[in-house]
Amino acid sequence: MPIAAALLSVAGLAGVAVVAPILVARRKAWATSIVYGASFVLAAVLLLCGLSALLGGSAFQGSVQLPIGLPWIGAHFVLDPLSAAFLIIVDFGAMIASFYAIGYGAHEEEPGRVLPFYPAFLAGMNLVVLSADAFGFLVAWEFMSLSSWALVMAHHHDPENRRAGYVYLLMASFGTLMLLLAFGLLAGPNGDYAFSAIRSFEHIPWISGLVLVLMLLGAGSKAGLAPLHVWLPLAHPAAPSHVSALMSGVMTKVAVYAFIRVVFDLAGEPAWWWAVTVLTLGAGSAVLGVLHAVLQRDLKRLLAYSTVENVGIVFIGLGLALAFKTNDMAGAAALAVTASIFHAFNHSLFKSLLFFGAGNVLTGSGERDIEKLGGLVHRMPETAYLFLGGCLAISALPPLNGFVSEWLILQAILLSPDLPQWALRFLVPASGAMLALAAALAAACFVRAFGITFLSRPRSPAAETAQEASRWQIRAMYALMALCLVAGVFPGPFLDALSPVSQSLVGGAMPKQPILPHFSIIPISESRSSYSGFLVFFFILMASWAAIRVIHNFASRAVRRAPPWDCGFPDPSPATQYTADSFAQPIRRVFGPLAFRAKIDQTMPLPGDMTPARLTLSLRDLVWEFIYAPLEGAVLYAAERLNILQFLTIRSYLSLVFAALVLLLVLVATWA
Amino acid sequence: MERFSLDAAHLLAGGMVLVSFMMLYQNRILGLLNVFAAHAVVLSLSVAWQAYVQAAPHLFVTAAIALILKAIIIPVALHHMVLRLGVHRDIETVGGIGPTMLMGMGLVALSMVVMLPAAAEADPIAREDLALALSVILLGLLMMVTRQNAISQVVGFMSLENGLVLAATGARGMPLVVEISVAFSVLVAFIVIGVFLFRIRERFDTIDTQALDDFREGRE
Repeated sequence: MPIAAALLSVAGLAGVAVVAPILVARRKAWATSIVYGASFVLAAVLLLCGLSALLGGSAFQGSVQLPIGLPWIGAHFVLDPLSAAFLIIVDFGAMIASFYAIGYGAHEEEPGRVLPFYPAFLAGMNLVVLSADAFGFLVAWEFMSLSSWALVMAHHHDPENRRAGYVYLLMASFGTLMLLLAFGLLAGPNGDYAFSAIRSFEHIPWISGLVLVLMLLGAGSKAGLAPLHVWLPLAHPAAPSHVSALMSGVMTKVAVYAFIRVVFDLAGEPAWWWAVTVLTLGAGSAVLGVLHAVLQRDLKRLLAYSTVENVGIVFIGLGLALAFKTNDMAGAAALAVTASIFHAFNHSLFKSLLFFGAGNVLTGSGERDIEKLGGLVHRMPETAYLFLGGCLAISALPPLNGFVSEWLILQAILLSPDLPQWALRFLVPASGAMLALAAALAAACFVRAFGITFLSRPRSPAAETAQEASRWQIRAMYALMALCLVAGVFPGPFLDALSPVSQSLVGGAMPKQPILPHFSIIPISESRSSYSGFLVFFFILMASWAAIRVIHNFASRAVRRAPPWDCGFPDPSPATQYTADSFAQPIRRVFGPLAFRAKIDQTMPLPGDMTPARLTLSLRDLVWEFIYAPLEGAVLYAAERLNILQFLTIRSYLSLVFAALVLLLVLVATWA
Repeated sequence: MERFSLDAAHLLAGGMVLVSFMMLYQNRILGLLNVFAAHAVVLSLSVAWQAYVQAAPHLFVTAAIALILKAIIIPVALHHMVLRLGVHRDIETVGGIGPTMLMGMGLVALSMVVMLPAAAEADPIAREDLALALSVILLGLLMMVTRQNAISQVVGFMSLENGLVLAATGARGMPLVVEISVAFSVLVAFIVIGVFLFRIRERFDTIDTQALDDFREGRE
């Protein structure tokens, strides 16, 4: 019974979390390997449970009820196709991250601040996916939030990290509150919190709509949906890199799971305006996230913003699925939802890969600012090529996996003319355009990230003396890279595996992917469109091989005469190289005035004045300025006004109680 | 008989409201204690009448507790306390008597307006008892709010509790255990408050609660 094994493994993770502080106190040297090794093994068991439940059919699925938690509810757990799919995403990421951390954790200065919370964080994420009642779900969710908060605060000496932790805690509490309200509405007056009971209710349409809004606020804030993403680029980079990978690659997917579980599974029939809301937010997040990412100088923050973009893409797919589901287009809805979940899985792969690369750069050189890096391809070749692979995947270039899922989402977008609602017929192509824009900008963003970090000459002594990472770290990245390639070249089996999920969510499935010819996949039917990652891969290999041969034959043997100041590098100072800011400048010119209110101030000294000319660029975060700053101001103002209440006399307090009582009685008297 | 029992119950409960009003305008402490004793006596009569009408013998125990504890022990103890504290000559002037009485009348009217429709289905004795009990509670609160002297505030609190007992006995079926435990908790509260009064007095040379605030930190 996989579910029993899964729950036992979760208990094991919790046990590791309890034992970890003792280990840290006793034997410093071994604690890291033991904790991460145990996490690796347990995550592998959980991964097997998920795989068997998803691939093995209903014999390996199931649910259990344990007599823990609230006495009249108990704790329900379920392993159905949806939770199995996300269990795989969570635990594959967790497994690889644990493996990576065996190497990475050796660099940790205070392992006592990371080791106990890491297995607890894994346990929390697994429990969220496995729970089948609202109470257990919320407890696990909060457990996940708090343990990840503790991990964000691991390096709390940096005031920026403390601020990140504070913002994260605020947003996490807000999100949980929203989820609490959503489940409260779903449970109805009888208060039966088991998912099976909630599913069987007949939900009132406007209540379901309210639940959707609350889920967008609650799960959306955890997933990093704009404009609730503000905590994400602060908190994800603040954690140790393997935790950043988990938070960005996996925890956001847990939030996506929560959204899917409630909106597709529990909240009843969708209305078409749901799709409008979800599509708009998803498209907005995708573009806003990648625009921010293009401009970042901090490598890990860049990756965090790119997470916002990818979550936006996932939500575009989910919005499409809602649009098709509400119009009873099961095949199209199945395509959209499968593409979404597949993209979530792909993103967990390449985002982990990229965060691991950033972690290697960080441990190798101690630097996160890409303007101070450069030339790392010579010092850390394996990291460089693996990072390049991750960049290709996330930029949605064939034959890697990012392309497959984004192509499938675009295929779903192409089905939108069949929708009856005009609003959707206009909105869906618009969001498709946004998706294409986001994909193009993401490519620019990662060309910049890779080029500035790994190519050219080192821009600082730290980059000059960088060290290649340990074998554990590199091998973890190889595993991810291999899977990125496999999922890109042979996507068919992955899509087939997801068909029970889409069957349970939207009542339809994508066509069974035939193995032949050339491992192509077909989203709708063979006559419409198909894609063969294998053929593309084969042609890319052949073309590259041919190009290399040709260049080698004609260029390598030819005698070259080069002037001594060639290639624009007459000055040996690395500061003359192309910088990250200059790379991003054209994009900033185009989108800056709109998205960031960019302003450039030039100070030209008068002729004869010896002061240097200055060019000052100011970018503003509009989301922060127009949503969060006024909110903060209002809260502060109210707190300031209410502060008087702290300093009243006893009689005034009694009078307040008295006045409140009388007021309520008057209300009762007038209303009754 | 039905009619008579109803009228008598109303008379006694109304008497409590009346005595509450007497407490409101009593600005000498010893006089206030006497009126409070009278309040408790009326309460115990009312509870005893309820016991007789409802044929619920355990309510007699309640009445006895009210009589012994609230009409004798607590007033006598407070009396001693006042004499020992030497505040028996103090006269409180908080607000005017007139406005306070007017507010009290407003509160009684409010509780009638609230309770009579709210408890329309209850039997008449319970219904009007509830309304009058709510008046007593509100008047006790009003007294706590308008007084500065800690002892008067304690008396206000006790009369509020009398109102609660009245409400509880009017509604049938409150178990004796609850009644006894409430009575003892009041006694414990009384002891604690008494101890505090002496401590406050020892520290600040006054039991005027306004004076306590002058010693508080953190005032702007």
